[in-house]
Amino acid sequence: MSTDRQSSQGGARRPFFRRRKTCPFSGSHAQKIDYKDVRLLTRYISERGKIVPSRITAVSAKKQRELAKAIKRARNLALISYVNQ
Amino acid sequence: MSLYEYTYIARQDIQPQQVDAITDQFAKIVKDNGGQIAKTESWGLRTLAYRIKKYKKGHYVHLNIDAPHAAIAELERNARLHEDVIRYMTIRVDEFEEGESVVLRSKDRDSRTRDDFSSNDDYVEEEE
Repeated sequence: MSTDRQSSQGGARRPFFRRRKTCPFSGSHAQKIDYKDVRLLTRYISERGKIVPSRITAVSAKKQRELAKAIKRARNLALISYVNQ
Repeated sequence: MSLYEYTYIARQDIQPQQVDAITDQFAKIVKDNGGQIAKTESWGLRTLAYRIKKYKKGHYVHLNIDAPHAAIAELERNARLHEDVIRYMTIRVDEFEEGESVVLRSKDRDSRTRDDFSSNDDYVEEEE
């Protein structure tokens, strides 16, 4: 996915313009996804209250599923809202 | 026996002692059905993200429970009947967290998490 975009945006001239991002929840000292951690979850929620797609946040597919579940649990407990405005 | 995280929200206009009474009542239900409470956490009076039964605030209580299914079923039945409980949620977990949960920790450790936040903002801008 990212390689396509790099070449189309002139990746040859500026090869290091878009560095490849890694999943924030994978790796050695990754944070744990927890439905109680409102501060963590709000980073993956748009201003409107929607879950931000993983292609923007670079969360891996497996962790995105976990994250979505955590966000939905937090919504149920009124820790974060379903919709803003 | 399974491990569960159970959270309930009580109405905002009851006294903290009444919240404790509800917690004791729930703990008794769990014990009577052969379970035990590993930890009780009171998150205090928090503002709800949206209104629930027209309440804007609620007392949050979080319990770690090690109990058989029957105890949880009985606990949830009582939570539904209880008029002061406006919301509850039970989640089965593989293991309990060590120490306090994030909700209590974040109250006295603001600076560190704010750093995390700003670094992530850069992340998003870069993409767009």
